[in-house]
Amino acid sequence: MKLLRFFTAGNVDDGKSTLIGRLLYDSKSISTDILETLTKQSKSAGFNTEIDLALLTDGLRAEREQGITIDVAYKYFTTDKRKFIIADTPGHAQYTRNMFTGASNTDLAIILIDARNGITEQTKRHSIITGTLAIPHILICVNKMDLVDFKEEVFEQIKKDYLAFAEPLGIKKISFIPVSALAGDNVVNKSEKINWYKGTTLFDFLENVEIDHEETSKESRFQVQYVIRPQTDELHDYRGYAGSILSGTFRKGDKISIYPLDSQTTIEKIEKNGLEVHEAHAGEPIIIHLSDDLDVSRGSTILPFNQSIQNDNNIEATICWMDNKSFQNGQKLIFQQNSFTSKAVIKEVIGKINIHSYKVEEGEGQIQLNELCKVHIKTAENVSFDSYKHNRKTGAFILINENTNNTVAAGVIL
Amino acid sequence: MDYLDQLEAEAIYILREVAGQFDRPALLFSGGKDSICLVHLALKAFRPGKFPFPLVHVDTGHNFQEVLNYRDQIVSEIGEKLIIRKVEDTIIQRNLQDGKGKFPSRNVLQTYTLLDVIEEFEFDACIGGARRDEEKARAKERIFSVRDEFGQWDPKKQRPEIWDIYNGRVDKGENVRVFPISNWTELDVWNYIKREKIELPSIYFTHKRDCLITENGQLMNINQFIQLDENDTIVTRNVRYRTVGDMTCTAAVESVASSVDEIIDEITETKISERGATRMDDRASEAAMEDRKKNGYF
Ligand SMILES: Nc1nc2c(ncn2[C@@H]2O[C@H](COP(=O)(O)OP(=O)(O)O)[C@@H](O)[C@H]2O)c(=O)[nH]1
Ligand SMILES: [Mg+2]
Repeated sequence: MKLLRFFTAGNVDDGKSTLIGRLLYDSKSISTDILETLTKQSKSAGFNTEIDLALLTDGLRAEREQGITIDVAYKYFTTDKRKFIIADTPGHAQYTRNMFTGASNTDLAIILIDARNGITEQTKRHSIITGTLAIPHILICVNKMDLVDFKEEVFEQIKKDYLAFAEPLGIKKISFIPVSALAGDNVVNKSEKINWYKGTTLFDFLENVEIDHEETSKESRFQVQYVIRPQTDELHDYRGYAGSILSGTFRKGDKISIYPLDSQTTIEKIEKNGLEVHEAHAGEPIIIHLSDDLDVSRGSTILPFNQSIQNDNNIEATICWMDNKSFQNGQKLIFQQNSFTSKAVIKEVIGKINIHSYKVEEGEGQIQLNELCKVHIKTAENVSFDSYKHNRKTGAFILINENTNNTVAAGVIL
Repeated sequence: MDYLDQLEAEAIYILREVAGQFDRPALLFSGGKDSICLVHLALKAFRPGKFPFPLVHVDTGHNFQEVLNYRDQIVSEIGEKLIIRKVEDTIIQRNLQDGKGKFPSRNVLQTYTLLDVIEEFEFDACIGGARRDEEKARAKERIFSVRDEFGQWDPKKQRPEIWDIYNGRVDKGENVRVFPISNWTELDVWNYIKREKIELPSIYFTHKRDCLITENGQLMNINQFIQLDENDTIVTRNVRYRTVGDMTCTAAVESVASSVDEIIDEITETKISERGATRMDDRASEAAMEDRKKNGYF
């Protein structure tokens, strides 16, 4: 069975949490004891219909008290065809970094739009983030169709507006479904009231949508996480480089290059699950043995010697600033790309991305929380990377404030 | 890759990140199925090397004997270090009030022992088997969950956790709780146990047991800690445990499932969640788990 990870986004109150609640409820994925609790909570909150399905994901006390989503909630459900991991993300601009967290690891974005309001600033912000994260597929759920009399024109207008807006974002595929999360129209059950719509329900869509496994076809990349050296009598010379294959395939006997060392050698042996294997593929955790004893350590990158990777300490990237404190010039940072780290600074802020036009505007002033910027980063050591568009694994990084240890930005290399 | 392969790969990746990033990590081992899976995953992540961390058992003293036997057996089989710290000793050292009432649970008291053992060994990371599908507050917690000097979780100050790049940097005294199987469900765990042929303590499978029926209709094992009174209804039933915890607050479920396959069928069919079926501690209040975590709980 295959796994599909997706997230929901959209403006506050567009119905994200309700939609997920509805999806799980109508597909009978909620246990009776949880339902019982939800019913009680809904009653005491004075909810007018039977249960407030949004309470399912709003798991923190503060969220229930304020009736909003503050942080990502992860939910799981399985059908006969697939297993799903859902990240329900918050809509408030203030919590964009949490939305970014929920979105980063997924294959599909579901963005809700309130049929009455059409595209809002948050629709745009979330779409731009989805584009920046190179998530291959966006599904727009035009929600609250019950409040616009299930009119086709409303749906068609939003579709047209959205396609016009999304054009420059470079999303590979965009789909649209008209729904009412509250009443359940087109979520799991086909709506009778939206009879002009001939497409699938959300549930059918999720079960059948193609998952883009682009990583499998890419150039081969491996990064060392941890060096295994038992140093026992019988395994005296054992030295294995443990890590997961970031992309592509590695085989026993491959000639490889190692960075930042810039040395060449061959793969002597690959171990997976304690067994020797001839080859291993993207995503698999393995142990690699090399023919020569080289100074390979955590964060070293390995690739076939006839392939190339960029090695530089000057990096251009789009970052999303995630710290409450705005960026200070000269701030000491740590650049982390998977298991590789180096000291770093932001040399130059090239410009800020305008949420409405998607244009980079020459920035004056500081980088504030949740702003997207194009920047020029300088690292102390050379980084081995690809552009994020080419490789989601080697083109992604975070920035950590050396002083507070907080993750202050996420970035994609241009 | 199949979904179980993906979940396994994610967990191994996380375990290796812990090994690469921390000076003094530990793996919290309760003898329950989730931490048994963690040990299995650690074997895959680090063999033929040794684990780069000891196993730590926070012993409530309210254990099922089968689980203790299992613990000692597995530790001797894999030849890794086990540290045991007892809630009983913490109660004496810190002059604490032991659990009271009919079901005198030490679930809350465990937190003291946990925080003490973290301080004693200066652990900077503690790996735990919590899953996000267990409980609504857990559904919100990061995989690398940073705790302050007092072990407290602040849900409003969680670090962004983007892609699978984990930031485990903390100052001295702080620590990170790491949950490699965050994204697994109860059913995933069982399917994994089946696929990997992992052995479990016998109380996970059906057996006859004398039980007390609680007000909520839950089946509680009768033991020396529970205060029995005249009105109690005691029955003998075929039961098994879905979770293994403090004996005084973990209920059994009626079941005749004697194999992993039968358990998988049973869980697929059941309409009630793991914690709902078995835990008394979460029923106390709406935000019981969130509050415990804010106080340094696992
Ligand atoms: N009429 C109507 N109300 C809806 C619909 N979906 C959600 N709502 C309501 O919109 C409000 C916000 O929903 P919620 O799921 O919390 O939105 P979120 O902030 O996007 O997670 C709640 O009062 C819901 O009951 C819908 O399809 N129709
Ligand atoms: Mg919400």
